[in-house]
Amino acid sequence: MKKQKGAFSAIYSALILLFLYAPMGVMVWFSFNASNSTATFAGFSLRWYGALLENPDAQNALRNTLVLALLAASVSVALGTAAALGIDRLRKHWVRALLLHITNLPLMNPEIVTGISMMLLFVFGAKLLHLDSPLGFGSLLIAHITFCLPYVILSVLPKLRQTDPHLAEAAQDLGCSRMQAFFKVVLPAISTGVVSAFLMAFTISLDDFVISNFTNGPSFQTLPLYIYSMTKKRVKPDMYALSSLIFVAIFVLLLLSNWAQARAEKRATKKEG
Amino acid sequence: MNQPKKRERINDATPALNAPYLLWSLLFIVAPLAMVAVYAFLGQNNTFSLDVFRSLFATADGRRMWGKVFGDSLLYALAATVICLGLAFPLAHFMAAGRARAQRTMMMLIMVPMWMNFLICTYSWRTILETHGVINSFLSWLRLPGLKLLNTPGAVVLGMVYNYLPFMILPVYSVMSKLNPSLVEAAQDLGANRRAVLFRVTVPLSLPGVVSGIIMVFVPSVSTFYISQKLGGKGSLIGDAIEAQFMVPDYGKGAALSLILMAIILVCMMAMRRFSDGEEGSFIA
Amino acid sequence: MEKDIVIDLKNVSVAFDGEPVLKDLNLYIRNREFITLLGPSGCGKTTTLRIIAGFLEPDGGDVVFDGKSCLGLPPHKRPVNTIFQRYALFPHLNVAKNVAFGLKLMRLPKDEIEARVAEMLRLVSLKGFERRTVASLSGGQQQRVAIARALAIKPRVLLLDEPLGALDLKLRKDMQMELKNIQQQLGITFIYVTHDQEEALSMSDTIVVMDDGEIQQIGTPKDVYDEPKNAFVADFIGESNILDGVMLGDYLVRFAGMTFRCVDKGFERNEKVDVVVRPEDIVIVAPGAGVLQGVITSATFKGVHYEYIVDVQGFKWLIQSTELHKAEDLIGLHIKPDEIHVMKKSKYSDEVGDYSSYSDEFDELSNPNVEEDGEEE
Repeated sequence: MKKQKGAFSAIYSALILLFLYAPMGVMVWFSFNASNSTATFAGFSLRWYGALLENPDAQNALRNTLVLALLAASVSVALGTAAALGIDRLRKHWVRALLLHITNLPLMNPEIVTGISMMLLFVFGAKLLHLDSPLGFGSLLIAHITFCLPYVILSVLPKLRQTDPHLAEAAQDLGCSRMQAFFKVVLPAISTGVVSAFLMAFTISLDDFVISNFTNGPSFQTLPLYIYSMTKKRVKPDMYALSSLIFVAIFVLLLLSNWAQARAEKRATKKEG
Repeated sequence: MNQPKKRERINDATPALNAPYLLWSLLFIVAPLAMVAVYAFLGQNNTFSLDVFRSLFATADGRRMWGKVFGDSLLYALAATVICLGLAFPLAHFMAAGRARAQRTMMMLIMVPMWMNFLICTYSWRTILETHGVINSFLSWLRLPGLKLLNTPGAVVLGMVYNYLPFMILPVYSVMSKLNPSLVEAAQDLGANRRAVLFRVTVPLSLPGVVSGIIMVFVPSVSTFYISQKLGGKGSLIGDAIEAQFMVPDYGKGAALSLILMAIILVCMMAMRRFSDGEEGSFIA
Repeated sequence: MEKDIVIDLKNVSVAFDGEPVLKDLNLYIRNREFITLLGPSGCGKTTTLRIIAGFLEPDGGDVVFDGKSCLGLPPHKRPVNTIFQRYALFPHLNVAKNVAFGLKLMRLPKDEIEARVAEMLRLVSLKGFERRTVASLSGGQQQRVAIARALAIKPRVLLLDEPLGALDLKLRKDMQMELKNIQQQLGITFIYVTHDQEEALSMSDTIVVMDDGEIQQIGTPKDVYDEPKNAFVADFIGESNILDGVMLGDYLVRFAGMTFRCVDKGFERNEKVDVVVRPEDIVIVAPGAGVLQGVITSATFKGVHYEYIVDVQGFKWLIQSTELHKAEDLIGLHIKPDEIHVMKKSKYSDEVGDYSSYSDEFDELSNPNVEEDGEEE
């Protein structure tokens, strides 16, 4: 009876995973296609991976995406951590509730609405300031920081709640200035929250298409936008090759973090015993 | 040296910490949303008017067309949400019952597709569903007749389910994995069989996760524009309409459609909140 | 100005959101003194401590260290250190690094830091715990680390904010002794905040009883117990029978329908007063042999003594005695003149009553061991 149930849940889980990984499998398979079709497989070849090396647009887009994600994650983590510290200390409940509600807005709103609303603001702002083209790297960076901020705040805030509110005071009491107290004591105490906030912001920025689609200009192209422009036509296997590389990178990264986490847990339980 | 001393709390840096974020969020969250309303209600001579909305629904054709656009969007999104819930709930249940190591591995495997670029994954489904795609090749190898899979409503719903399924699994799983196992034992102790435990204890207690899962699937589904374009042939959902207006660009119409979309989502969420007794789970990945 | 004063609070007042928390507080603290701020939740004792530590700036008044005002001086520039209620140990540092934290900020040479850390851990009996993580320690051990950390940088004054509040009774008693020993050994000033009157009585050189943002009484434990200044102090510290009385003249007071000789003087003729008689100071005699007589309504064995509630003309007295009596017994009460303590009427006079609603449970409820979170913040 129990064994049967276990077998059923294993099969069910496998089927779901098959569904989730089917497109990835297809992608990897056709990235080795010798012909330039993504529908019929003509034979094994590495030509599309070679083509990537000679594709300056893709490489440029990749570089842009990394720069943008790094900047957006850094700024949003700095701003968001400060905001979380501030919100955590707010005594007036309605101010705190208001700030948290505003923070939640971009999470609850559909991305397309966030995207077009920012586009409208930039267009309007450009008109007001008599700028020629409102959309470009600047608007894209502002948009990315904005949609990363809620994730940062919501991942730092619970960590702050878990820490002793007197930690900073204890550090000051022992000779730290207010700044030193933050960097020596408070930041280490919430570091897991801050690091995961950074990673989350980085990956969300890396992956964003919808909001970028409305807030970028022709001057600056990110990888998702580049892929979008490619999928408007019939896609050649080089896009599959690119995505396969990304897939492998993500898989290895998550595998590593999973392994690190397991090791940390093991060590923690060993110490307890 | 008897300067008047500053009588402020030494440690009160709260305003200095809050001010930048408050300013930022007013400027880039609140103001843009206000802009949407402004453009939607902007009349000919910069006055308040309902002209934009009127022009959308002025003719019988317009009413029929927009009715279908909104109706289809809602229908597809609802279908996708229900299917996601149906698929995710048993999986989350199995996962929560598994060993810690298996749970962590499953979590990772479910998160990988989330990090993948959704455009290319959606596009890959074309390769699977096409007339001469993976499925139809398999069918013809079995000497079965081919099916028209691509460019159908089914394909659009499939695309939504595929892209947003992890967003249903994770919150439901995260609530279930934190359920106190002694609650199940208590229920069994009080005479509940497996079925009763499931429906009277596990399901009600997982509700917060289910609610956030529903929101996280429904909102992007009802507002998508890429999935419908790539898997449905031509994009005919509300997201497509909004995107099209902004590419024209007709900001007024686009803004008005966005407002309607927000209203629909708001109504759905309120209905659901009512249903779930105001309980709302929060989920942070 | 008196010699050897470390800290002098002058007319300090604080309000939170318009709500006064400290009202014109005046208090000086002598060098090497063990002084306890005692009072119920919300009386202003923690606020006073935070003002001394520099976490809070008063709205009015002055805080003087060694004759110099330290208003506006941030916490890290004050010669005081704090033991926090929940210790505030740094979770990312091990025991030794927690203790070394302040020393490193002083940029002492490495070997000196190591020596001092070892010395401090020996002082609090935590030798061998250097590399342990903070989370792996018990509550009592965390408490010791907090003490070692604060003492490591040799403060002139140590502030302790309900440091034993989170410990169980047995451990608390041991730590009380240990803290007192450490204070005497090192000869530094301790300012101790608690709501536990027993703790205050057994450890302090001086007790400052506070309520409602005001100091009610300052004195040695014996003064405060034997000569409470008003009904609040009498009621808060120890058990007291507090009765309405009238001063008929010097050394003569009337209460409970009788006239008693007493040792108090200096009141106006016929001034209304509060009269305090401690339960252990009343002698039970045969009915008719004492000035008062009443019926025992309840008798409880307490180990060292019996506790009786005695109804004397409707007023319920609490009496502690080693003699055995039964409920319903008629007894006489004898009170010696020097056991009668007369106090001026105060705003607390109406709040204190007799022991008609007295029970052990009630006693526990009104004396919680752990104060609620966020008190006075």
